[in-house]
Amino acid sequence: MEPQWEHFPHQSDIGVRGLGSSKEAAFEGAARAVTAVITDPDFVVPAQEVSMVCEAPDDELLLVDWLNALIYEMATRKMLFSRFTVRITGHALQATAWGEPIDVARHQPAVEVKGATYTELSVKRDEQGRWIAQCVVDV
Amino acid sequence: MDLNQLKRRGHDEWHISPRGKMRVPGVIYATESLIRDMDEKVYEQVTNVATLPGIVRASYAMPDAHWGYGFPIGGVAAFDPDLGGVVSAGGVGFDISCGVRLLRTGLTVEDLQPVKELLAEALFHRIPAGVGSTGLVHLDKREMDAMLAGGAKWAVGKGYGLHEDLECIEERGCMAGAKPDCVSDFAKKRQQDEMGTLGSGNHYLEVQQVVKVFDAEVASVFRIREGDLVVSIHCGSRGLGHQIGTEFLKRMAVSAARYHIELPDRELASAPINSEVGQEYLGAMRAGINCALANRQIVTHLVREVFEEVLPQATLSLLYDVSHNTCKVEEHVIDGTATRLFVHRKGATRAFGPGHPDIPPSLREVGQPVLIGGTMGTASYVLVGTKESMTLAFGSACHGAGRSMSRHQALRQWHGREVVKDLAARGILIRSPSMRGVAEEAPGAYKDVSEVVDAADDANLARKVARLEPLVCVKG
Repeated sequence: MEPQWEHFPHQSDIGVRGLGSSKEAAFEGAARAVTAVITDPDFVVPAQEVSMVCEAPDDELLLVDWLNALIYEMATRKMLFSRFTVRITGHALQATAWGEPIDVARHQPAVEVKGATYTELSVKRDEQGRWIAQCVVDV
Repeated sequence: MDLNQLKRRGHDEWHISPRGKMRVPGVIYATESLIRDMDEKVYEQVTNVATLPGIVRASYAMPDAHWGYGFPIGGVAAFDPDLGGVVSAGGVGFDISCGVRLLRTGLTVEDLQPVKELLAEALFHRIPAGVGSTGLVHLDKREMDAMLAGGAKWAVGKGYGLHEDLECIEERGCMAGAKPDCVSDFAKKRQQDEMGTLGSGNHYLEVQQVVKVFDAEVASVFRIREGDLVVSIHCGSRGLGHQIGTEFLKRMAVSAARYHIELPDRELASAPINSEVGQEYLGAMRAGINCALANRQIVTHLVREVFEEVLPQATLSLLYDVSHNTCKVEEHVIDGTATRLFVHRKGATRAFGPGHPDIPPSLREVGQPVLIGGTMGTASYVLVGTKESMTLAFGSACHGAGRSMSRHQALRQWHGREVVKDLAARGILIRSPSMRGVAEEAPGAYKDVSEVVDAADDANLARKVARLEPLVCVKG
């Protein structure tokens, strides 16, 4: 199954959720959901590649670290990303994201994501064995 | 929120008795209708905050309280370091020292009309706003550290604004105790191109008119009258604050067990005030406050430049600058004794009453100006701190309307272009790089700010002084 994503409601901010057949796929989906908070990911051309690594004591903190690493790259490089590959070994994550510099006219970026929070944070498998990775992001 | 969980103690005061691991009661200030509309999560978050070590008196929620992360937005809590009190990165949040400042222009609405479009365009082009925007001020490492230590005072020293501005900013424009060394290189890098930018989301720059004065005596001290043209700026510490929040949230979540802090929600990530992590966070967070103060000061300078070109007869003077995401050391009377407390305000405004020494001398006799931001289609308010507020909630009041609808819902309900068109028909010019952003910030997605302000007034947290309505709004 290809990584999927969705948003879930939070009164002042927004929830991001990735779903997939593996933990990695769910993390990739959650990243795409972060981009979708800002713009339609289909409008983001995966032209340039950026690598990231992070490490955390458990899966949930690793998800937050991963999304925050992505938010940091978006903020400092002024880029948006639409394609992701994630590899997780133990509590370490290696990822590559593909994207392009922000084009305000074309992307119509709605809002800046300030950070991933621990609210509604969870990384787990549902009854069908599908991985779900989610948290609220502050905008 | 289910009213059966609360005990009513006054028209606008509701108590949650301590239960389970709560160390103090919860207190919510709001009307019955605001309480009914509050998410059940506000109750959960108010009670969670009440379990943190060293909390004093109560865990408070303001009339605009809504579901936040860790603390409710609109949450106030104070901690005593001598009772093992904590400082919480989650209790301050990502947008450290986000706040509002209000500038008088010396002009009236009539002066604006001939140049309204011109002014809107000029402000939109001069003040960087929105995702990916960059400021005109770029700081090297040395200047970055000087800015983090000096705040608005640093900015004025660099030529951004006037010396007299500083008197009317909380902490007189420079938060003491900032430690730039405690701010990571990542946070500094995230800020290097973002000085003097508005940001996005609910941040804005508005040209407003004073449409009603409720308290002529206080308004006269604040030097505002009906018909006056004013400028309001709402923004914060930008990427630097976000990164400090991100990094310390993790450090505190991971170290909490070591300090025997039981977190009912990891987002309440805290550390003892008297600990290495706690002290480093305070040093970094205070640097974040200075970054926000410097940022609003630079934006003010840009606004003055635009007025100089478009309405040269204007004189922009600062009425006041408030921050609403902070942790500050303040003295409050607890059981008859003056006690040094670490007061967290998350989406809550400091609202000190008359005579408080931290209020500038020119305003001290009436109390601190409390600036409440509304939406681009409704109103903002100027209130004043009360004597009662000092005992009700450590001298605090609400900070804005608060969302009633998620961004997702708003996007399904409105189109940005229609919102802009509808508001233009009402005489409000909106300028934004993102129509999707405008739709998400549609006025209908927010609670009624007037009801929130009336509740704050009724509860004696702060008293209404004036109502401001937007004429021009630059949104990120």
